[in-house]
Amino acid sequence: MNIHEYQGKNILRQYGVNVPNGHVAYSIDEAVEYAKRIGSEVTVVKAQIHAGGRGKAGGVKVAHNLDEVRAYAKEILGKVLVTPQTGPEGKEVKRLLIEEGCNIDKEYYLGLVLDRNLSKIVLMGSEEGGMEIEEVAAETPEKIFKEVIDPAIGLTGFQARRLAFNLNFPNKVINKVANLMLNLYQAFIDKDCMVAEINPLVTTKEGNVLALDAKMNFDGNALYRQKDVLELRDLDEEDRNEIEASKYDLSYIQLDGDIGCMVNGAGLAMATMDIIKYEGGNPANFLDVGGDATPEKVAEAFKIILSDPKVKGILVNVFGGIMKCDYIAQGIIAATKQFDLKIPLVVRLEGTNVDIGKKLLNESGLNITAADSMGDGAKKIVNMVKETVKQK
Amino acid sequence: MSIYVDKDTKVIVQGITGSAGMDHSEQMLKYGTNIVGGVTPAKGGTTILGVPVFNTVEEAVKATGATVSIIYVPAPFAADAIMEATDAGLEMTICITEHIPITDMIKVKDYMKDKNTRLIGPNCPGVITADECKIGIMPGYIHKKGHIGVVSRSGTLTYEAVHQLSQAGYGQTTAVGIGGDPVNGTSFIDVLKEFNEDPETLAVMMIGEIGGTAEEQAARWVKENMTKPVAGFIGGATAPPGKRMGHAGAIISGGEGTAKEKKRVMAECGIKVAESPAKMGETMINLLKEKDLAEKCKTH
Repeated sequence: MNIHEYQGKNILRQYGVNVPNGHVAYSIDEAVEYAKRIGSEVTVVKAQIHAGGRGKAGGVKVAHNLDEVRAYAKEILGKVLVTPQTGPEGKEVKRLLIEEGCNIDKEYYLGLVLDRNLSKIVLMGSEEGGMEIEEVAAETPEKIFKEVIDPAIGLTGFQARRLAFNLNFPNKVINKVANLMLNLYQAFIDKDCMVAEINPLVTTKEGNVLALDAKMNFDGNALYRQKDVLELRDLDEEDRNEIEASKYDLSYIQLDGDIGCMVNGAGLAMATMDIIKYEGGNPANFLDVGGDATPEKVAEAFKIILSDPKVKGILVNVFGGIMKCDYIAQGIIAATKQFDLKIPLVVRLEGTNVDIGKKLLNESGLNITAADSMGDGAKKIVNMVKETVKQK
Repeated sequence: MSIYVDKDTKVIVQGITGSAGMDHSEQMLKYGTNIVGGVTPAKGGTTILGVPVFNTVEEAVKATGATVSIIYVPAPFAADAIMEATDAGLEMTICITEHIPITDMIKVKDYMKDKNTRLIGPNCPGVITADECKIGIMPGYIHKKGHIGVVSRSGTLTYEAVHQLSQAGYGQTTAVGIGGDPVNGTSFIDVLKEFNEDPETLAVMMIGEIGGTAEEQAARWVKENMTKPVAGFIGGATAPPGKRMGHAGAIISGGEGTAKEKKRVMAECGIKVAESPAKMGETMINLLKEKDLAEKCKTH
């Protein structure tokens, strides 16, 4: 789960990490009001969306007086920002962060991430602040320094200092920086983060150390014990269908093709998308109905797939290990009737009670095409969708 | 022969009185798995499905001599269950549970590092040695006894691969699901090593997916060490970057973990990679023919 920059900064502030004075604003008037209260010479107006690359897309502006704050707030609020992370459709800005400006001396990068090979959390830093860490890793990997964190002990003071020295922070701020790292780690652990990134972390001309940005991403599996974090969820930033799907414990991700798929199991669901592409079609989504798909879940899955107007055909691919195929067949028949399905539907069932399942589908009198295998199913749906497109 | 489990393996079920634990224990017993007990705190002394229930894993091990446990405990308590199995000195614990918080798994791995218990999973379908022992949630009937080892990060995609092999007449030794989480117990390499040393296993099917670099590392290990032919598949060639595809570990981030790169490294290391998931079985059979093993591996 992602949160906004201002929410991340609020968490950091609670953990004693220095962040600039700032406040979230939902309207132009609020933006001006908060700028007035902050009363700094320079005010930064920052678009709050769940995507990076905001600055280059025109979502971050520096204002020198309240009129400029008003003008920039007006310009950015409601604007659709297109960044490399939003996709071509972009994201509408509904919240602004109004923040005091500062005298930047130098920019750094600091991040905590999971190292999958080590099964440990790693603190990474670089002097190339402001740049994407992946870019630094690709071009100048020698500029990235890492500290591997012992899960039982946590980040230690000497590790934090070593990283600070490696990044060439001036001696007079070493302790400030090391403390900031320790506090960041504490926040990361307490809140069950997957990623906590400060980019840039800056030193100021006045000798302060400040987190100018905060990107925090939380482990979805741990949200049951992170009620405060869950309250920060902004549904406006998430795909409507993905939210709807999660209510029914379905895992759904929208893609841009025209063949909808409903599959059990994440691996098979990915492979089903792959085989549609392999056979010359384009998958419209990833959808895993899980191991315990009830007829209600199947109906909900159909509803979500059909809410995408691009969908011109559906492939169901179920390998019932835990699930019984007759049960799935009943769900498919009910959903086909309920939604008065007009587009081609190909169903591949395998597993427990497969014969009963197939019989139910055949005898339903509905326009359902049975497939004998995954390959057969993919070929059939790709051809059928091509035919319907041709006819139009 | 086979790897990890066989008809003599004594198994206990952690979470046997829960609905998933009970349903699957019934299926495992039907398959012939030697389940000797179950564990549910505060239900010790009772009997379920004809097997005794114990309060702790330690008690269950002492009373039954079990060497392997399977875990059907809900995610908030699953990490604790894995550590309890480790503390009791089991040889192996297989965790089916999905959605365990990552920081819990980091601690579990650290806890297990100097101990002798092998963890399979979490978030996996389990382990099955055809016709002998099923410890997991896979449909038993698709597995036929034979000579091909199967290792995979995904459940249903493993069923698909096994089904394709069985239908074509090529049975398996053991199928191991290592799970779809970014922090897991047993790796591809651990399982490949076992298959390499198992005299019954003549070839291996390795099924990966996007996210991380475990497949690349396994492929390099295969090139250096494996004496048996390996065929494979990678799921998620069409997955968009930055999106978590159902499994917690299935995510392309920072350009790392793409299907294309995994397939490239696997092919470079001599692994035959199926281009379509419908051709996993066919790819393996062609490889067997190439290596003159097809006849030996044809079982039915």
